[in-house]
Amino acid sequence: MSARPASNALRDPWWLRLPLLLLALAFVALFLVLPLVAVFGYAFEKGVDFYLASLADEDARAAIRLTLLVAAIAVPANTLFGIAAAWLITRFSFPGRGLLLSLIDLPFAVSPVIAGLIYVLLFGAQGLFAPWLAAHDVKIIFAVPGIVLATIFVTFPFVARELIPLMQAQGSEQEQAAITLGAGGFAMFWRVVLPKIGWGLAYGVILCNARAIGEFGAVSVVSGHIRGLTNTMPLHVEILYNEYQRTAAFAVASLLALLALATLALKQLVGWRMRRATQAENPP
Amino acid sequence: MRAKHRHALPGFGLTLGVCLAYLGLIVLLPLAALAWKSASLGAAEFWAIVTAPRALAAYRVTFGCAALAGLVNLVFGPLLAWVLVRYRFPGRAFVDALIDLPFALPTAVAGITLTALYASNGPLGRVLEAHGWKIAYTPGGITVALVFVSLPFLVRSVQPVLEHLEPDVEEAAATLGAGRLTTLWRVVLPTLWPAILSGFALAFARALGEYGSVIFIAGNMPMVSEIAPLLITAKLDQYDYAGATAIALVLLAGSFATLLALNLLQLFTVRRRSAGAA
Amino acid sequence: MRHWSASLLAAALAAGAFGHARADASLLNVSYDPTRELYRDVNAAFAADWKQRTGETVTIKQSHGGSGKQSRSVIDGLEADVVTLALAWDIDALATHGNLVPADWQKRLPDNSAPYTSTIVFLVRKGNPKGIKDWDDLVRPGVGVITPNPKTSGGARWNYLAAWGYAAKKSGGDAAAKDFVARLFRNVPVLDTGARGATTTFVERGQGDVLLAWENEALLALAEGGGKDRFEIVVPSVSILAEPPVAVVDKVVDKHGTRKVAEAYLQFLYTSAGQEIAAKNGYRPRDASVAAKFAAKFPNVPTFTVDEAFGGWQKAQAAHFADGGTFDQIYTPGR
Repeated sequence: MSARPASNALRDPWWLRLPLLLLALAFVALFLVLPLVAVFGYAFEKGVDFYLASLADEDARAAIRLTLLVAAIAVPANTLFGIAAAWLITRFSFPGRGLLLSLIDLPFAVSPVIAGLIYVLLFGAQGLFAPWLAAHDVKIIFAVPGIVLATIFVTFPFVARELIPLMQAQGSEQEQAAITLGAGGFAMFWRVVLPKIGWGLAYGVILCNARAIGEFGAVSVVSGHIRGLTNTMPLHVEILYNEYQRTAAFAVASLLALLALATLALKQLVGWRMRRATQAENPP
Repeated sequence: MRAKHRHALPGFGLTLGVCLAYLGLIVLLPLAALAWKSASLGAAEFWAIVTAPRALAAYRVTFGCAALAGLVNLVFGPLLAWVLVRYRFPGRAFVDALIDLPFALPTAVAGITLTALYASNGPLGRVLEAHGWKIAYTPGGITVALVFVSLPFLVRSVQPVLEHLEPDVEEAAATLGAGRLTTLWRVVLPTLWPAILSGFALAFARALGEYGSVIFIAGNMPMVSEIAPLLITAKLDQYDYAGATAIALVLLAGSFATLLALNLLQLFTVRRRSAGAA
Repeated sequence: MRHWSASLLAAALAAGAFGHARADASLLNVSYDPTRELYRDVNAAFAADWKQRTGETVTIKQSHGGSGKQSRSVIDGLEADVVTLALAWDIDALATHGNLVPADWQKRLPDNSAPYTSTIVFLVRKGNPKGIKDWDDLVRPGVGVITPNPKTSGGARWNYLAAWGYAAKKSGGDAAAKDFVARLFRNVPVLDTGARGATTTFVERGQGDVLLAWENEALLALAEGGGKDRFEIVVPSVSILAEPPVAVVDKVVDKHGTRKVAEAYLQFLYTSAGQEIAAKNGYRPRDASVAAKFAAKFPNVPTFTVDEAFGGWQKAQAAHFADGGTFDQIYTPGR
């Protein structure tokens, strides 16, 4: 990509280039830049003091804490799973491998609303496990565990989907060598595998984290919307929006937008490092 | 393949155990509950629920708007990918990063922002409505939200293909005297179709289930602008668990069929390519 | 990494299992959409009152949403000590679907367990440009009416029944009433899922010419940032007496050991202090002396009750809002 051929045959003439460029930029401006600017515009429409006060609100802070807690559980859990699944699928061949691959993709195809619904069917007071849960006084739905589960479901495939093609492409010669040289399983993993997949892993974790923080539909079904207890940031945005507190809603929303921007920046950085790493590995 | 791996790498049992346990607990068990619940309906009852006029209208809105949004992105996704890969202009890296914004921005935030922009008193809605275009609270609004949500899928699936496109074909076409437009249309575009279609399928599957960004802008009128995921929550709120799961199964089947078609398409093109290479 | 995440998971499970269940004086009030402001004030006043009377500190957590959805959450296991919902049907559901309250729950507190009432009024844009005076004006072509979806919103059911009751009274027949309501809903451009969403659509998004709303919701819209300069309230010639009921959820308070404070909380709503807070927030008080004090705020409007006009909520629900009921008939097939 960096080595651009100078050939004129690949250059569009100006009468083609200019309209295409303008059309593309207009589309980006309308659909991506404008909404982003609008979030911050509405967030600050009553000034900086009001903005800061909205974020310092007790319920807003509880929502931020809960969102971070949920991400702190869901992301590591899915990361561990992603690594295990990628190792299993790319390093061994066994019957049902294709099926496993499709099953990992499954949550992509499930509407978030359905993702919430299935946990209600399982753990709700009318659900399958209701008698056992009641007997042991364990609360899952309308409490933190339910929110964590729904988030894990929705963000389930991200790390695995990022690692599988990467590890497939990399092949397993180095691992084989390490084992032949007498390295134990975990030593091989830490010394050989992790450095190799590092950037790809980071990429998957970033995506997973972004989705975990922003999930709305699934969490909305299992949350119960108790202020200060089971409200995540996206749900809090909805609540504020419905309380004649549009500016406060957009203030919390702008925090989420900032996180999104940070995600994009990180993603760009990691993507760039990844490309450099692969180019260093197989020089053209 | 098997012989090569058999003796060497550790961790098969461990990773298989972890995967099956995790997959079973998080994904399969809950989805089985869905099947279990809708099994409490008889076949006739199930059919009556999923073919009720309001349900049919909801599928029409959901599938129609998702397809329309996919078509819009079918044009603009490859265009953006082309511009990003082939042209150099100031701010290119910024635009490239921004493509993933719909993915990183929580859907609820997107929903309230798009509604604020496109409502009749919003900055865009005011202009559009002066020209007789009503966007918010119509299927048009749903489409706008879905275009936003599914844009990255098209761009990101076409972009890598363009980056790895061999220059010799285009050069050959130019040497043979083809105009630039002809080259693009006849030579470049055909090589992109598999990527475009797979991007479209992903975008479509994502748009079918989308909820957060749509409910704020949809208007939610039964028969007109009510999406299937909203119908599911509406049924839930009337204690109609079986009805909700029935609609959910139909929606699931739709997204599965889309992803399945995508997998078949990829198999087909891989096979055709390897056949061509041989 | 694994240990760390395992202990986090354990912590989360513990927080979920024991977080708000065992603390002595902590209540969860699961309520419907427009009562956010009301219960913010009630909770503060009751906490002070309870502290003074017993020396105990009580904290009250709130959850708000569409009335039907909230009721369903409680049935699914949301541990509400008290419910304060939009209509009796949604608390009846707690009795029929989960045995959470006894079937005669409504007899346990005075006034049908509804400590305050409201009615359905019209909120129109300043100067009333469309000249909307009464229900008949809502079915005129070109009038945009904003109301939420009766399938999902309690307030919307009151709206629907108010319109139906008016038409049935005027023309004396259900067929005419159905036609009237059908014509009214043909003028509805947006059908939000909850009452608050509908208000936002009308007030913030500028949709429609008239909002069918709870009186308290309309009063709140006037009170919020410059609302008086943008909107006015039109009181129709006749409307419905909306009785939003409250109840202690027996199964939950017995589990939490919070029955005493939960009952005191609901009784507080009937005290003159509670009635004043309700009146200040736009709900019509039951207490005659408080009502007299706020007479200027609540214009006299002849009302009918659901029991009088529809034979109670069970019947109204079955006839109008169940699947295949009149609302579905109005909406299908094809408009």
